[in-house]
Amino acid sequence: MKPAPLDHAAPTTVGEAVALLNDPEREAVALAGGQSLMPMLNLRLARPDLLVDLTRVEGLDHIRESAGWIEMGAMATKRAVERSSLVRERQPMWHEATLQIGHPQIRNRGTVGGSMAQADPAAEYPAAAVALGAEVRAVGPSGERTIPATEFFLGYLTTALAPGEILTEVRVPVIPPGRGWAFREVCRRHGDFAMAGTAVTVDLDASGRCTATRIALFGVGPVPARAVEAEKIVDGEAPGEEIFERAGRAAAGAIDEPLADVHASADYRRHLAAVLTGRALAQAATRAGRPEGS
Amino acid sequence: MIGDRRIRVSVNGTAYEVGVEPRTTLVDFLRADLGLTGTHVGCEHGVCGACTVLVDGLAVRSCLMLAVQADGSEITTVEGLEGPEGELHPIQEAFLEEHGLQCGFCTPGFLMATYEMLTDDPKPDEDEIMEVLGGQICRCTGYQGIRRAVDCAIDKLGGTRPADVFGAGGPEGPDAPDAPDADPVGADGAGEGSAR
Ligand SMILES: Cc1cc2nc3c(=O)[nH]c(=O)nc-3n(C[C@H](O)[C@H](O)[C@H](O)COP(=O)(O)OP(=O)(O)OC[C@H]3O[C@@H](n4cnc5c(N)ncnc54)[C@H](O)[C@@H]3O)c2cc1C
Ligand code: FES
Ligand code: FES
Repeated sequence: MKPAPLDHAAPTTVGEAVALLNDPEREAVALAGGQSLMPMLNLRLARPDLLVDLTRVEGLDHIRESAGWIEMGAMATKRAVERSSLVRERQPMWHEATLQIGHPQIRNRGTVGGSMAQADPAAEYPAAAVALGAEVRAVGPSGERTIPATEFFLGYLTTALAPGEILTEVRVPVIPPGRGWAFREVCRRHGDFAMAGTAVTVDLDASGRCTATRIALFGVGPVPARAVEAEKIVDGEAPGEEIFERAGRAAAGAIDEPLADVHASADYRRHLAAVLTGRALAQAATRAGRPEGS
Repeated sequence: MIGDRRIRVSVNGTAYEVGVEPRTTLVDFLRADLGLTGTHVGCEHGVCGACTVLVDGLAVRSCLMLAVQADGSEITTVEGLEGPEGELHPIQEAFLEEHGLQCGFCTPGFLMATYEMLTDDPKPDEDEIMEVLGGQICRCTGYQGIRRAVDCAIDKLGGTRPADVFGAGGPEGPDAPDAPDADPVGADGAGEGSAR
C-alpha cells in the first residue's frame, strides 16, 4: 500500500466538487487522470486527506469548436484530443503537442486540465497554450473566471488557480488560414519530458514579411515563457535562415537561468533552445506561405 | 482509519463486488486482493509499464489508478488472454517464438499494450508500434526480439481482433458472458505471487 491513508470522493457536479475541495476540516486535492498526482501519492510526496476525483463530474470532457475557439473540457483525455479530427484540422499545433506527451498508455488517462494545473516546466500543453494565446476557465467558491494562459503559469509547478478552484476548460483559438505554426522539442526518447522545446506561430503580411510572431520556450525555465525579444527580431522581416537563426540565439540568450539536471546541462538546454527556435521559425514561415496542406 | 468502499468490477469476465480501502492502487487490488499476480509491479510511478492492464479496453498503468476508481469498469489482465483450455493467446505465442521475453518481468505489460494496439489497428505502422513499445521498459531481453514479436503477432492474428481469437466471449469480446459473482481471495491469500 503506497499512498498514505486518504479518502476518495467522486462528485458528479462541479458545484459538489468545489464544495468538497473547500472542506475546511480536510486537506483536499483534485484528482484528474492521476498521471502526475498518483506518482506523488505513491512516493508520499503528497499526503492529502481527501482526493476529489473529477472523473465522474459531468460536462467536463467535451471537445468542441465555438466562435473561433477550440474548447476542451478539463477532463478530456489526451487520447480523446489526439483522436479528435476537429483538433487535428482546426488546431494542428495542439494536436502535434498532444502526440509528444508521454505514450498512448499515459494519454489514455492523462487529461488536458491536469497538464495545465500540474504546470510542469517541460510539459507541452502549457507552452502551446502560451504561444497560441489560450485561456483557462476555473470555478471556485466565488464563481467562474477566465485566466489567459500568459498569466496562468506563475512559477515552478505553480499556477494562478486558487487552492479551492477547479479548472473546468481550456480554450485555444483555432489556427486561422495563413498562420504558420511549428512545435518542436528534443527529448531523450519520444514520449519523455522535453529537455528543451519551442512552440511558434508566424503570420505573413501582404508583402510577405513576418508579423505577429509568437515564440514560447519550454523545458528551459520554471515556466513556459514568450521570447519577446526574438519575436521583435523576426517581425517586419522577410523569412530567411539568417534572421531565424539570429532570433533563435536571442530567444536562448534571454533565458534567465536555464534548468539543469542529469539529462541536460544549462548550456546544452540553451543551445537546444536556439537551434529549435530557428528551425521552428523556418517551418512556421513555410507553412504560413502555404496554407493548404501545411 | 478510513473505511472500505464497496466496488463492483469485472476482471477477465468475472464479476466481483468487494470492499477496498480508498488508497489501494488498482495493481495492489489485482495482485493482493484478487490474487491475480500476473500483473507485475515495478516502479509504481508510471514509468516502467510492468503494471499495464486494460480498463474498459484502454491500456493504462494500474499503479496510477486507485481501485475505487475502477468501480463499474471491465478490466482485462494478462490472465485474461488465455483460451478456454489454457492455450496461449497468439500475442503470447509470438513473444515466445521471437524471444520477446527473457525474465518475463516486463512481459505482461508489453502483452497488454500490444493487445490494445492491435485491437485499435490490426496493421499498425512502424511509428505506432515504436510509440507503444516506447511506453514499456524491458531490462533484459533487448527490444529487437520484442519488436519482432509484434510483427509475428500481427501475422498470427491476420486481422482478427485480439478479443475474438478464441471466439466471441474473449476479453473485450462483443459477447463477454456475465460471469457469476466470485468470492475474491482474501488480502492475505496473495502470498505466493506477491514478491516484488
Ligand atoms: C511515464 C509518464 C510520462 C509522461 N510524459 C509526459 C510528457 O512527455 N509531457 C507532459 O506534458 N506530461 C507527461 N506526463 C504527465 C502527464 O501528462 C499527466 O497526465 C499530466 O501532467 C497531469 O494530468 P492528469 O490528468 O494525469 O492530472 P493529475 O495527475 O490527476 O493531477 C495533476 C495535478 O493537477 C491538479 N489538477 C488536475 N486536474 C485539475 C483540475 N481540473 N482542476 C484543478 N486542479 C487539477 C491535481 O490536483 C494535481 O495537483 C507523463 C506522465 C507519465 C507517468
Ligand atoms: S509499476 Fe506501474 S508503471 Fe511501473
Ligand atoms: S524480459 Fe526481463 S525485463 Fe523484460
